[in-house]
Amino acid sequence: MTTRDWLLADSPTSRWQANAGRAYRVFTALLRNPLSVLGGVIILVLLLTALFAPWIAPFSPTGQSLADRLLPPSGEHWMGTDELGRDIFSRVVWGSQITLTIVLLVALISAPLGLLIGAISGYFGGWVDKILMGFTDIFLSLPKLILALAFVAALGPGINNAIIAIAITSWPAYARIARAETLTIRNAEYISAVQLAGAGPIRVIVQHILPLCTSSMIIRVTLDMAGVILTAAGLGFIGLGAQPPLPEWGAMISRGRTFILDQWWVATMPGFAIIIVSLGFCFLGDGLRDVLDPKSEGKS
Amino acid sequence: MTTDQSALPSPAPGNFAGRRARRRAMAVGGFLITLFLTFLGLLAITFFIGRVIPIDPVLAVVGDRATQAQYDAAKIAMGLDRPLYEQFFTYVVNVFSGDLGRSVSTGRAVADDLSRFFPATFEMATLGILIGVALGVPLGVTAAARQGSWLDQAIRVVGLLGYSVPAFWLGLVGLALFYARLRWVGGPGRLDIFYDGLVSPVTGMILIDSLLAGEIDIFWNAVWHIILPASVLGFFSLAYIARMTRSFMLDQLSQEFVTTARVKGVPEQVVIWRHAFNPIRVPLITVIGLSYAGLLEGSVMIETVFSWPGIGNYLTTALLNADMNAVLGSTLVIGAVFIVINKVSDVLYRVLDPRAR
Amino acid sequence: MSTPLLEVENLRVSFPTHSGRVEVVKGLSFTLGRERLGIVGESGSGKSMTGRSILKLIRKPGEVTADKLRFEGIDILDQNEKQMRAIRGARISMVMQDPKFSLNPVMTVGEQIAEALVTHQKLGRKEVQQRILDMLTAVRINDPERVAKLYPHEVSGGMGQRIMIAMMLIPEPELLIADEPTSALDVSVQAQVLDIIDDLVTRKGMGLILISHDLALVSRYCDRILVMNAGRVVEECAARELDKAQHPYTRGLLAAMPVIDETRDELPVLDRTQWAGT
Repeated sequence: MTTRDWLLADSPTSRWQANAGRAYRVFTALLRNPLSVLGGVIILVLLLTALFAPWIAPFSPTGQSLADRLLPPSGEHWMGTDELGRDIFSRVVWGSQITLTIVLLVALISAPLGLLIGAISGYFGGWVDKILMGFTDIFLSLPKLILALAFVAALGPGINNAIIAIAITSWPAYARIARAETLTIRNAEYISAVQLAGAGPIRVIVQHILPLCTSSMIIRVTLDMAGVILTAAGLGFIGLGAQPPLPEWGAMISRGRTFILDQWWVATMPGFAIIIVSLGFCFLGDGLRDVLDPKSEGKS
Repeated sequence: MTTDQSALPSPAPGNFAGRRARRRAMAVGGFLITLFLTFLGLLAITFFIGRVIPIDPVLAVVGDRATQAQYDAAKIAMGLDRPLYEQFFTYVVNVFSGDLGRSVSTGRAVADDLSRFFPATFEMATLGILIGVALGVPLGVTAAARQGSWLDQAIRVVGLLGYSVPAFWLGLVGLALFYARLRWVGGPGRLDIFYDGLVSPVTGMILIDSLLAGEIDIFWNAVWHIILPASVLGFFSLAYIARMTRSFMLDQLSQEFVTTARVKGVPEQVVIWRHAFNPIRVPLITVIGLSYAGLLEGSVMIETVFSWPGIGNYLTTALLNADMNAVLGSTLVIGAVFIVINKVSDVLYRVLDPRAR
Repeated sequence: MSTPLLEVENLRVSFPTHSGRVEVVKGLSFTLGRERLGIVGESGSGKSMTGRSILKLIRKPGEVTADKLRFEGIDILDQNEKQMRAIRGARISMVMQDPKFSLNPVMTVGEQIAEALVTHQKLGRKEVQQRILDMLTAVRINDPERVAKLYPHEVSGGMGQRIMIAMMLIPEPELLIADEPTSALDVSVQAQVLDIIDDLVTRKGMGLILISHDLALVSRYCDRILVMNAGRVVEECAARELDKAQHPYTRGLLAAMPVIDETRDELPVLDRTQWAGT
């Protein structure tokens, strides 16, 4: 039996085989859509760049060389140099680590938080649901960026606080999704069966409800990552996110603002990095949605 | 059988209208209650940000250059010696009576500052949404009508760019290209320096004030300056509106009643606009409302780039000076406008759609 | 009869799929005079596609070919979109399945009927109004003034379908295609709707193509019957000779129909092996 046969088996013999088979099917379906392949490649390149930054970047991201100030893009400095003579390409490469960290941490904080709140709200219903969802709705109807700004202002500037602020403002959307999914699952017969077998709420939620919310969660989180990158860059641009000399892309654009009229590359180049990575997440998210949830195609 | 047995049981006409009115009154009541609760939630959040998160809220308000006397006075003025719920109550009462505290950096009442800065933001965002609607709706409709064509693909790409281009970056690139290189538009600020202060503010919106004063030159100079930032904002609302319009239209064009119209021999333009577009006007209002609210938020970034004297600029300056009262006041005002636009477009939806009546 | 109303020869409709083009109508031929023709078949047999291809309403990427597709001597496949619009509604019309979906939800009933009329005829406002009220009366709606002002969600399914019929017949077409006109309706109003169609079609001397999955219903309201299966015609006969049908598929369908005073415990299931591959 080949690996492929094992993966596509009609009656998998273990949960692990079933999961692997499903992942394989999603993967092959994704490969058929050129845009999602492009998105996947972009994110893969981001990962590799972040991992191998020391080897990829030709110069130090912080090493100043005042003799080489504000050089236009050339064979040596692909994206030119900034006002302190630092190589912009190297800084963009190192900046990928920061972007990746932000994106991962925000996803790791806000998605489980939203998932849990939504699942609890949907599972218990009644007053628990009313209170939790009222809270969620209030958050949802507030402007995210402004709220994040206010949080950072109170917590103090810096990359960690920026991550916390973004996570605080992005969980409500996930809670809504998780609640909706939970409501459809809650009354299913097999949940009653598990309950009759004596499982308590925690066990039902963690083992039987949360796993079923994951696919819609993955789609939404992937699509939201573009927004997270933009918000983080925005905080960096205003000066509340990553602090100098960290090569954060938004902060780099902010530095380049002063020179935008004559040395356009200083502000422009990091912007392209932001756009490409955000587009990558959009493409992949769109592709995932088409594969995992074909019904909602084209919506929102 | 020839009677109307299959029609809805027709109630007495007065009764029917009465029920409709009562339902609408209930909807309005419920609307006001959720609006109030959401606003209270916003206040709770700003209160939390201002009084609970900072280790020393007094320091956050007076700034670290304050003397000990100033510090103590502020502490008592803020009522920090009283319990939290009482502080919150005082806060809510203050906000509803228009007292948002004093800004450390400008030295004026935050409420006064905001009312002076708001018109500039409002003017720019409104022009932005007008651009977004004027271009986004026809583009979305055309894309859906010619699904799969190159135009459709191009509009899809524009739609995705709207989600992945940083607004402040687009503003900078726009300045570098259209102002510095091509000289097509004016630079940062609302007017050229030598026009500044020539028009006395009536509405605070320079386009209107200059026309009121009959200063046509100033009006055109203002247009010259506002067009780039408004277009950048317009791009984002265009991207969103076109994407949503396209998706609504595709949904409608696959409906049976559109085929019905074609069976009747109705021209394609009429099929598209009367049959497919008309039913989506109402959901589009919601989309436009959301987009408008989003522009208020986007203007925070854009105003910094264009040195635009609006709320966004005020907010970012306050953020950098750790001027908490100004930050929370701006958050409150932008948040409140955001909430109102959100909820109003939601209600419009229910009032305007004949199916939801 | 000089030229028949409709001549169809070797009509084929196909759609692209992942595994190449799939034909849903595979070489259909028939002629129609001013008579009532029933097309019967189960879902997926291609009967609805036949109706839509006569109106040239198969949207891309669907494709229609035929050796001959003539309506009163006009070659339908040769007509451009503009010429087709002059035919649609005015000369060939179609009543669709479910009024819940086939009526525009945000236009009043009156507006929708008026549109069908003024698209093809220039008439004064008063005259249009009068024609609408007359037409609504003709489909046995009692208080046409009130109904004309209603939105589709305010009327029942049976009334919706009568409105649909009014809308499709008001420009006085020569051919009416009724695509499953009653399958979305309550059984109690099905006969009423079909009686109205039957009455108006006979009175105005129009041609009718009644598309349905219900053999009994079609045989009651039609002169001639085509039985379709998997894109092909398997049986063509006069309605009153249906019981003499030859093809095993038709026989199977007939056998599966319950009869009053039934003695069978179980209705037979179609045995598809008998004609598979035809």
